[in-house]
Amino acid sequence: MSKSPVSGGPESAPATLERPVLLKRLFTVSMLLILFMTATVFFGISIGSTGSGVAETLRTLFDGKGTDDAMHYTIIWRVRFPRVLLAILVGATLSLGGLVFQALLRNPLAEPYILGVSSGSGIGAIIGILAGFSRFPGVSATAFAGSMGTLFLLFVMSSGQTMLKKDTLLLSGVMVNSFCAALIMFLLSITQDSRLHNIMFWLMGDLSTADLYQVGILAIALVPCFVLLLTLSNTMNLLLMGRELAESMGLNIKAATITLLVVTSFMVSFTVSYCGPVGFVGLVMPHVLRLAFGPDHRVLVPACIFGGGTYMVLCDLLARTLPDQGEMPAGVITAIIGVPLFIILLKRSGR
Amino acid sequence: MKHVIHARRLGYSYGDLPVLKDLSFSVQQGDFFIIIGPNGSGKTTLLKCIAGISRPRAGSLEILGVPLQSYSRKSLARSIALVPQTAPADFPFTVTEVVLMGRSPHLGILGVEHEKDLNIARRAMDFTGITSLAHRKLDQLSGGERQRVMIARAICQEPEIILLDEPTASLDLAHQVRIMDLMEKLRDEKRVTILMVSHDINLAALYANSLMLIKGGRMVSIGRPAEVLTFQTLEMAYGCPLLVDKSPLGDFQRVTLVPRKFINPDINRTTRTT
Repeated sequence: MSKSPVSGGPESAPATLERPVLLKRLFTVSMLLILFMTATVFFGISIGSTGSGVAETLRTLFDGKGTDDAMHYTIIWRVRFPRVLLAILVGATLSLGGLVFQALLRNPLAEPYILGVSSGSGIGAIIGILAGFSRFPGVSATAFAGSMGTLFLLFVMSSGQTMLKKDTLLLSGVMVNSFCAALIMFLLSITQDSRLHNIMFWLMGDLSTADLYQVGILAIALVPCFVLLLTLSNTMNLLLMGRELAESMGLNIKAATITLLVVTSFMVSFTVSYCGPVGFVGLVMPHVLRLAFGPDHRVLVPACIFGGGTYMVLCDLLARTLPDQGEMPAGVITAIIGVPLFIILLKRSGR
Repeated sequence: MKHVIHARRLGYSYGDLPVLKDLSFSVQQGDFFIIIGPNGSGKTTLLKCIAGISRPRAGSLEILGVPLQSYSRKSLARSIALVPQTAPADFPFTVTEVVLMGRSPHLGILGVEHEKDLNIARRAMDFTGITSLAHRKLDQLSGGERQRVMIARAICQEPEIILLDEPTASLDLAHQVRIMDLMEKLRDEKRVTILMVSHDINLAALYANSLMLIKGGRMVSIGRPAEVLTFQTLEMAYGCPLLVDKSPLGDFQRVTLVPRKFINPDINRTTRTT
């Protein structure tokens, strides 16, 4: 059974095939992106309304609590550091979410926010907040239920063959989004107390509420999902070849699809319940990384984790520093970058 | 002779619509087996059943002496490879990346290839003559080149059987012959069994050692090309006037379509060779 059906031994193999062995490439790409991420993290914790710049941050970091600058130390470790960590987790999750949906639907425009999955978890989360649940596990669970609900709706609307057509899918996403927006408005209109302001800010995608404990819980929930997706990266490659070819190469399509959908909507709804529906990260990052490193998911999955994290830290940094006073939600920045790219991609794929 | 595919009273239907009815046949190891038949006769469905993509509703199907349903997806993919009619080109994979995907059923859970897998891919690309295209993107290739990439990918699965669904349907003449020659070489040199669905009866007659003609999901005829390709059988199956004679290349059947203007009631049908 293990005979080779082709002519010649290894010695007759031509030398022209010089694909870098996967592990080497994986290592190079990951190292590069981790380097980027570390630099960004450092900027993220250095820049803000207090403290003046990188040099002082370095001094504070290495001198520790003993210095007179205890206040700066506290700001860095208690405020900025958790926020940067949250941004990394959110960016990684949303980028991976985009990557998975794009592979599953064989459509480079698919993304949790555009498909309405984020809004679905948003509704779930708001219901959870209004019901007075704690953020974990209550609100996270209602958010997960919401995202599974929208996924179900999406699949019913674009079932069968049309599933692969990008117009049907995007239109379904638009409809799901409008419906969710209406529901959210309805829920807001019957809310009158102080929770309203929180919900409004959260709705625009906000990272400012992070503390280390919450970030820890989020990490415990998300990191196993990242690992699971790493083991499914070759599966995603096969999915891009279409159902029949993927099956003929030994993939169990049903099991793979269900696993990917459940893991992804779990991840996305979990982050949405923490920081609101931040849009278009899952569109921008997979696209940029695919341009840079090619379409192989075994490279793209780790690249999305590190690259997506970096991107979100940068967006949040912009959101904190661009306004003269106060700050704006990070979701504003990601939308301003993401929407034009979406339009360009849509135009190009129409040709 | 060893049966590599053995079908008994195979049946399949889409909803209420029966597509395959009572098909029984077997394919021997090393066969170049071609299935012909008019559109909608169930050829592609039959191929999908053998590939394990569609589940037959009736009858039994044995692959290499083992019932199809006792294979796992992965182990079936190590015995049977499928070459579809057209290659997908949605995402810009390189030729090498696509060929290496054929190693998937042999890889572990992380899907990482080793030097051995790279060597198998190299030889498959050499065999199909696409080594010079190794770094090109799939969507930059011509239809014939893309088809050879898909064949190299199938070879990488190291299967006993390769299934092809009209691999020459959209190709120019040179590529049609090239693909068919390639499959013949694969069969001759490595005894890989070839099972192909084809529209092109003349091409089938030149390469197949075994032909099966189906219509409406039922078998019309099976056997050597000379036994199946008679004008009575073909006219009955395809419902149009045909002429069958010998190819100038030798002892092969040649089928010619007969346009209406040539049909003259004076011609005695018995003058046509059978």
